[in-house]
Amino acid sequence: MVEPVLRLEGVTRSYNIGQPSAIEVLHAIDLHLDPGEFLALMGPSGSGKSTLLNLVGLLDRPTSGEIWINGTATTHLDDAELTRLRGHTIGFVFQEHHLISAFSAIENVMMPMVVDRSFETAEIRARASELLARVGLTKVANHAAMAMSGGEQQRVAIARALAMAPDLVLADEPTGNLDSKSADSVFALMREVNRDSGTSFLIVTHNLELAQRCDRIIDMIDGRLVK
Amino acid sequence: MSQWLPFEWIAAVRFLREGRLQTVFIILGITIGVGVIVFMSALLTGLQANFLNRVLTSSAQIQLLPPDQVARPLRDADIEDAIVQRPAQRVVSIDQWPKIAARMATLPDIAMVSPTMSGSALAVRGDASRAISISGIEPDSYFRIVRIPDYLVAGNARLASDEIIIGTELAKDLGASLGDKLNIETANGTTIVLRITGLFDLGNKGANERNAYIALRTAQSLLGRIGAVTTIELTVHDIYAAETLAQQIAASNPVRADSWIKTNAQFFTAVNAQQTSNTLIRVFVALSVAFGIAAVLVVSVIQRSKDIGILRAMGTTRGQILRIFLIQGGLLGLAGTVIGAAVGVGGLYWWHAAVRQVDGTELFPLILQRELFIVTLILAPLTGLLSAMAPALRAARLDPVAAIRG
Repeated sequence: MVEPVLRLEGVTRSYNIGQPSAIEVLHAIDLHLDPGEFLALMGPSGSGKSTLLNLVGLLDRPTSGEIWINGTATTHLDDAELTRLRGHTIGFVFQEHHLISAFSAIENVMMPMVVDRSFETAEIRARASELLARVGLTKVANHAAMAMSGGEQQRVAIARALAMAPDLVLADEPTGNLDSKSADSVFALMREVNRDSGTSFLIVTHNLELAQRCDRIIDMIDGRLVK
Repeated sequence: MSQWLPFEWIAAVRFLREGRLQTVFIILGITIGVGVIVFMSALLTGLQANFLNRVLTSSAQIQLLPPDQVARPLRDADIEDAIVQRPAQRVVSIDQWPKIAARMATLPDIAMVSPTMSGSALAVRGDASRAISISGIEPDSYFRIVRIPDYLVAGNARLASDEIIIGTELAKDLGASLGDKLNIETANGTTIVLRITGLFDLGNKGANERNAYIALRTAQSLLGRIGAVTTIELTVHDIYAAETLAQQIAASNPVRADSWIKTNAQFFTAVNAQQTSNTLIRVFVALSVAFGIAAVLVVSVIQRSKDIGILRAMGTTRGQILRIFLIQGGLLGLAGTVIGAAVGVGGLYWWHAAVRQVDGTELFPLILQRELFIVTLILAPLTGLLSAMAPALRAARLDPVAAIRG
């Protein structure tokens, strides 16, 4: 049996624990994502999608339950171990792309590899160039990140998310701020990466049309998953 | 991205470069602070050195004098309500002075010994007369203690038995010039005629009006004290040990010993006050620089919270985030220090050239102590690092989720 890239069992997330204002945002979430799977997570605003994505991305810790990434249980890991695991296994694409404005497009793509320190400089630049070519941005590689269009910036963000060859890419409404043409193009790119590299994707989206092009759709309502 | 620099350095430099205006303003602030510290410290050192130089080259560092003459009431005298009056201090010789002078010359801390005979006299030329203070000296040794030749404005420092060196003010008052003769009269009625061979300017009007130098033997005969000396002038190797040494000498010899430190106590009070105020200014300037750096970096952390969040999401550790902001603080401190030190030195050169004494000589010697620059170059970036600590810790502790959400 193939080990899932991501597995959640009984994951809950509560805030203000022990106070009158305590609130449970996620209720006993069970979820798994197989290698190479392209999963869409849909749901109304405030249903807990981003909270779930933060937990899966190891940016936040669950109140209870367990999260496995490639078979590694994560709730007992310390901050440094979580950071290492996140850097090597998970790529992020955010709705607002979040490129770092002080760096050019190619430097943004190089950054996860530079941070990791386990790559040679020439290798880093070659891989970043290759990723930018893959997202069709070779010509603007040295442009300032903030001087590019929204669609281009999101493509750079996808290239950056793929820099460490992660097993899982988490995308929080990656096409939310793009026009329909750019949105379609960015989604197609992610799907292509998924097919070519076998990278698993978990995409939060409000766009039903795009979601229907995914392998599987799960809905989240009031902090519960509805398949 | 440079292949030689670690990620933290690259990010720190880029963040500083991107916030160009902020960076320029804070570096300007540090530059002014460091410039003021360097300028003030070097100026103060120069002024002190100048004053010290003037004090030490126009007087001996230790003067040995005969003990005060005291009244000795008769013992067992049957006198009621007697008042013991302090006697007038006559000009008396130092008892056994050749022996004391020879002993002083053998002390390892003493650099030079010179006996002098001092007294008061009247300088007369035509209808003009002025009260003067005569110093009978041995030029060879005395001029190595009190550098009269350095202060000569006319003539030379030769002193034969019929020659005299006087100050410019006295010469002006008497209408005398180089080569003219003066009548020198003492209270005991002795008169001698001496030729002016040199005119000095000690930079002190009073000294230029009163002081006059003649040969030791001439002074002894003029003052009616053949073979006597009233003072033994000493210079020492360590000028700041002069007072301790003076006390040791006074304790083991029948003399009074006055060090230059004791006779210039006011100068030391002034120096201490200056140093205290300079230290306070340095501390407050350093504090304002530190708070300036901290304020800029706190703003930077707030502005860059999304960047910090995304860096954390892509695997940047808390330690790396901490170092990015510490490096920024250190770099700001270093850049401001280097430019500030250059500005301080430049200002000092300009001030040195622009501001002169009345006689046209320099107001202060240009002394650029290496220690000042080394300490500044270490302390200012360290201040930058320390002031960056709070914002850097705040950045490192940012919750990535909250940071990304902004």
